[in-house]
Amino acid sequence: MADDGVLVRVRDVHKEYRRGGERIDVLQGVDLDIPRGDFLVLMGPSGSGKTTLLNLLGGLDVPSRGAIEVAGERIDRMSHGDLARWRARHVGFVFQLYNLLPVLTAERNVELPLLLTGLPRSERSRHVAAALAVVGLVGRAKHYPRQLSGGQEQRVGIARAIVTDPTLLLCDEPTGDLDRKSGDEILDLLEALNARYGKTIVMVTHDPHAAARARRRLVLDKGLLSGDGIG
Amino acid sequence: MRYFSLVWRSLLRKKTRTIFTVLSILVAFLLFGYLGAIRQAFEGGVELTGADRLLTLHRVSLIQLLPVSYKSRIESISGVKEVTCSTWFGGTYQDPKNFFPQIVSEPQGVLDLYPEYRLPEEQKVAWLANRMGAIAGRQIATKYGWKVGDRIPIQATIWRKKDGTADWQFDLVGIYDGVEKGTDTTQFFFHYDYFDETRMFAQGMVGWFVERIADPGRAAEIARDIDDTFANSRYETKTTTEKAFAQGFANQVGSIGAILRSVLLAVFFTILLVAGNTMAQSVRERTGELAVLKTLGFSDGKVLGLVMAESLLLSGIGGSLGLGLAWLLIQRGDPTGGALPIFFLPMRDLVRGVGLVAALGVATGVPPAIVALRLRIVEALRRV
Repeated sequence: MADDGVLVRVRDVHKEYRRGGERIDVLQGVDLDIPRGDFLVLMGPSGSGKTTLLNLLGGLDVPSRGAIEVAGERIDRMSHGDLARWRARHVGFVFQLYNLLPVLTAERNVELPLLLTGLPRSERSRHVAAALAVVGLVGRAKHYPRQLSGGQEQRVGIARAIVTDPTLLLCDEPTGDLDRKSGDEILDLLEALNARYGKTIVMVTHDPHAAARARRRLVLDKGLLSGDGIG
Repeated sequence: MRYFSLVWRSLLRKKTRTIFTVLSILVAFLLFGYLGAIRQAFEGGVELTGADRLLTLHRVSLIQLLPVSYKSRIESISGVKEVTCSTWFGGTYQDPKNFFPQIVSEPQGVLDLYPEYRLPEEQKVAWLANRMGAIAGRQIATKYGWKVGDRIPIQATIWRKKDGTADWQFDLVGIYDGVEKGTDTTQFFFHYDYFDETRMFAQGMVGWFVERIADPGRAAEIARDIDDTFANSRYETKTTTEKAFAQGFANQVGSIGAILRSVLLAVFFTILLVAGNTMAQSVRERTGELAVLKTLGFSDGKVLGLVMAESLLLSGIGGSLGLGLAWLLIQRGDPTGGALPIFFLPMRDLVRGVGLVAALGVATGVPPAIVALRLRIVEALRRV
């Protein structure tokens, strides 16, 4: 990792898709530095490339060109398999629609990323309990997603994202499907994770109210970051 | 085991669908096991025939008789160690429906040439000493509740007695068991001497000869020598190995094996479609969930493995329940109430069944597993 405290370094990143023979330039040369411990919000209109950038930062997709370095590792050069291993180790994802597995209880959902580690069952249970405690859902460990409210489901989603103590937490519209009260609770939780546990968070949102909670806000428009993403 | 809970819970996602799929697989393997036992009943005798035994019959057909005097001439042929004669009696017990094989035989010949029949020593002695004595296989004795010492009345359908009646009486002096599991224990043997002096006609004639030969490798040559000996006589012979004879007899019933195989093929093809459709549907419904697993760091290979494990588990549950149920039903006895000479699920079929369970799991799992393998996270999450 670089010594300047930058956890994520994005340089001249382009992403283009082809749809029916037409080329769509979603990102057109993005430069961005994210310091360790930052709470960054990406805003912008629909189709501006927010989620695409988030996917690139999380190693779910690879840039058409440009460089992405996370904690000193060039993830844009990684193979498909290496990216999967890297994601398991370094990234926690929080989705708008929670994306919990309906057939598993809250604790089994939270345990999923730990299945990829070599931890024995007892250790996994300990980590799961700790993560559920952080999000305040110890009493709901045995509940299935259908038995939880939207806010509780999102908390389980956050517990799943932090259970492996990832380097980077990526949230795609985490309050987008929640009412204001539940949304605020989730934002409180993310703030606490950032302030108390030093988690580096990148959040995509449309909601100015949610964006106000972040330390830093950047706007993406037509594939370009407006304002200075670096420094 | 780490992923078992995930695989198991995924399988129970749509309980009703899973239960019906398991039931359809269960029925397929129940049929496989049960029909396998029936096929074995028809074809099993062929496998258990002695490699060192030849059968000499009338050249024209099994129902044409041969002179008993041929026995000494056959004994003199090079390579023949022992000879005995037999005749089909074809009677019934108490009711015309109670039909089973009764064989007129020479007791010493049966004891010498059929080591696969196990008879207690004292019962052997008793049989040799009693001209009206008969021995019965365990299966037929159990079916009719016979025990040693019983007098068994047999109603002849071919062989009337000199007094014009068809009622034959035998003393049951022994009950034999099979040395091997598939040995036929539905037969009833009694003395040729008693039969020959009591029957109304055809004295001195027998149905066929059984020869034991020294070298099974010379079977064809010895068979030819026997038939050459009686060529151009009034009673020409046809000698074959016992295996060829049993095979020919089984073929007379029709190609049971081929019929059963056709039925099973149709059943398995249907089940393949049912289980394959279940798995494909299940994976289609979970595109988003599989994408989430990949997002969390599950590699393509792991996701493929999870889908394959689910398919194998589905097939394994249905298959093992089906084979287990078939085994239990087969233990309760054959569907004809004892008319089949043998009725058991051969180990070979059980092993094949387990192989088929695995093959079904793989065949139904591979297409959806490949879909899961190729799933692109970004596109799949967009569809959620």
